[in-house]
Formats: sequence, C-alpha cells, structure tokens
Amino acid sequence: MAKKETVSQTLIVAFVLCIVCAVIVSSAAVILKPKQEANKELERKINVLAAAGMMEKGADVDQLFSRFTAKVVDLDSGAYLDVDPSTIDSRKEAKNPALSTALSKKDDLAKINRRANRAIVYILEKDQEIDTIVLPIHGYGLWSTLYGFLALEGDLNTVAGLGFYSHTETPGLGGEIDNPRWKAQWPGKKLYNQSGDLAIQVTKGKNNPELADSIHKIDGLSGATLTTRGVDNLVHYWLSEGGYGPFLAQLNKGG
Amino acid sequence: MSEETQNYKELLLGPIFLNNPIGLQILGICSALAVTSSLSVALVMSIALTSVTAFSNLLVSIVRNQIPNSIRIIVQMTIIASLVIVVDQILQAYAFETSKKLSVFVGLIITNCIVMGRAEAFAMKNGPISSFMDGIGNGLGYSIVLILVGTIRELFGSGTLLGFEILPLITNGGWYVSNGLLLLPPSSFFIIGFLIWVLREWKTEQVEETEYKLAPNSRAQEV
Repeated sequence: MAKKETVSQTLIVAFVLCIVCAVIVSSAAVILKPKQEANKELERKINVLAAAGMMEKGADVDQLFSRFTAKVVDLDSGAYLDVDPSTIDSRKEAKNPALSTALSKKDDLAKINRRANRAIVYILEKDQEIDTIVLPIHGYGLWSTLYGFLALEGDLNTVAGLGFYSHTETPGLGGEIDNPRWKAQWPGKKLYNQSGDLAIQVTKGKNNPELADSIHKIDGLSGATLTTRGVDNLVHYWLSEGGYGPFLAQLNKGG
Repeated sequence: MSEETQNYKELLLGPIFLNNPIGLQILGICSALAVTSSLSVALVMSIALTSVTAFSNLLVSIVRNQIPNSIRIIVQMTIIASLVIVVDQILQAYAFETSKKLSVFVGLIITNCIVMGRAEAFAMKNGPISSFMDGIGNGLGYSIVLILVGTIRELFGSGTLLGFEILPLITNGGWYVSNGLLLLPPSSFFIIGFLIWVLREWKTEQVEETEYKLAPNSRAQEV
C-alpha cells in the first residue's frame, strides 16, 4: 500500500497512462479519418445539390454531383483562378489575414468580419451555357453564423434555391429556416428589379402574392425575425460588390 | 454465485429508479437540458454516455490498485477524456448527422458529473465487473430520464417523434399548435422537476428531510 504512494510510482503511473491513452486516441483518429472525410465530402455534395433543388431521396449523389464543375473565383476581380478547388478550405482562409479582407462596419452587412479572397463556386453547364450556379454564402443570424448555398439559374437573376447546412439557431423558431416549406418560397424569385437593382428581400410577415413586386419578396418567419433579417442581410451582402457582385457582372458580360 | 448475480442485478437496475443519477443524485443535468430537444439526439447521447461510463468504470477499476492517491482524479480524467474522444471520433465516422447535432456535448461528457462521480465513488473501491455493471446501470438511469424528456419535448414541441410526424402542426397544414417553450432548454428544467416529483411521490424514501422548519405564523403587532 505504501509503495504506490512513492514519487517514482506516481511518475511511472502518470507516464504509462499518458502513453497508453495517447496511442488509443491517436489510433482512433487515424483509423477513422478516411471515413470522416468521406462523410464531410458527401455532406458538401448533398448541400450543393439540395440548394440547386436536385437532391432527391435515394439519388446517387456522386453521379448527380459529377455534372457540376467546381471553380475557384477571385472575389475582388470576379475572375476564375487556376487553382484546384480541393486544395482550398474557405472557412480557414476567411480567418487567415493573408488570404482574406477585413470588412469595415459599414460594408459588413452579413457580420462576418473577414471575407476570404477566393471562393469555390459550383457550375452546372448545359450546351456550353450556365444552367445552374451554386454560390457558398454565410452570415450571422441570431445566435450563430449560418452557412449555406444560394443557387441561381442561368440568367443569374432567378433563384434556383437556398439552403443552410450549418447553424445553431433555436429549433422551432430560427431553426425553421431549414423547413422545406419556407425554403420552397425561394425558387423562382428574381434578384433584380427591372432597373437592375438588387430587390430580393426577406420581409417581416406575409406578402401579398398579387402585388407586382412579390416576385422579389420572401415571407419572413414568425418568431424568427432576427434570424430572417440575418438571412436577408447575408443574401444582400453576398450579391453586392463586396461579395459575388464582380463575379456575377463578369459572367453576365461573358455570356 | 446466486448472491453475486443478485448483486449485479441490483447494480444494473438500481440506478434506474431507486438511485437515479439525475432523479436522486441530481447529476448530469446540464447535458439533459441541452440535448433533449429531439428524441434521436437524446438516444445517441444516452448510448454515448452509457458506454463512456461503463468503460471508464471498468478501466479505472482495473488499474485502481496502481493509482497513487495524489493523482487519482487526474488519472480518472485522462481515462475518461480518452474514451470520450474515441466515442466522438466514432460518432463522426458512423453517425455524422447526429454528431453534428450533438456538437460540443459529446466532448462535454468529460465534465459530466455522472462519469466522474461513478469512477471516484464506485470504481475506485470495487472490482472491474461490478464497476462495469454499475457504469451501465447509471448510464441507463441517465438514459431513461433523457429519453422521457426527449419524448415529451419533441412530441409536444415539434409534433414529431424520431422525425416522424405524430401531431400535424398548424404551420404544416395540421391542427396542432406547437409549444415553443418545449424547444428551449429551460423547459427541461420543468420536465425534470416534474419527473423528480413523480419519482419521489412513488418512492417516498427518496424524499430528503427538510433542513428547516416553518415557524408558526405570528401576527404583526403594533409596537
């Protein structure tokens, strides 16, 4: 009994325990890594497809996704960069001062503080023309940053879909941004009005579908005013000059 | 032998109602508040916590005679933390969706008082098999409360159970007005409070003695 209380015994127990636990933990991490990576990859593909409205239950995700081309865009110039998209982690780049731009309070509609200089966009082409383009977007809701995708049709004006894949808004209130019935409002809405200004808007309460401008308006969620305002802000931010504005302008010119 | 079997049965089933970690010992409340807004998440959390408690009890009990007293808590913590990381990694690999919902709470099993409490109070003094049983028993006790709370919260908060619609919500064209409070963490306080009340009405020996006595009512007097 007395022996186990000695200094040497204490050190030996501590040392052996550390080694054993370290081996167990690191081997679990290494062995399970490929499976986890595959999960994340699959999830990203499903999110892109879901935003574009192409995800169906039981569909072959890889096959559907293979129709998309991932491209890296320089957000400031709006030009494509010749970089392999799989080497880029946009969330990490947004935190790296060398690869991101700090936003002033005035410009920072989406409350994201820093914006990565480049982004990965997913393009589905049909007969050499853009059919659907999926843009990653994020911004602050009520409690958390919402990460999602905005999908546009080939005219770059009609929304094909919107979906968030990561947030921690209150379930049942702000969390209702995941509700398919709410998301179903987005497809078909137009981003710009006839004079070419950004007109898409998430309003508070219900809109009258008979009014002419209802084509730009999404009903806000009751009980989730701040979350839906966040969605409104982040959509505005990412479609503005600070976000994909230059890129969309280039696409419009080019096509 | 039969006495031993009897003993194991007691260890395994005792914590479910007689000595429930949440109901009687009031341990592990924080995660019970956080992960019970849907039943599926509560189930996965229950399984995760039960396996961590069982194996940490087993391992601590195996090495209990080698552990110097001066570092025993940190030895227990290291064992528990390693197990939790392994569980977290497994969830990320095989139950990715749920692990995203559980997010930080799997990691917080480390600080769950049940795991630590059983390692210190039981596994340090008892043999590996009894400790393992005790771990499973306490995990089950925790699970039953989590599952009850999760069922109530998901059914009346979202109108679903395990994601299947039971009470069609008005927002989806049904008739049920959901109770928004049940989706927020404070509602589990009320539910757990009610459960503890019911449990103590049923098993009256769990009622604690009052620490005070009401003084007889006295009238205010004019001075």
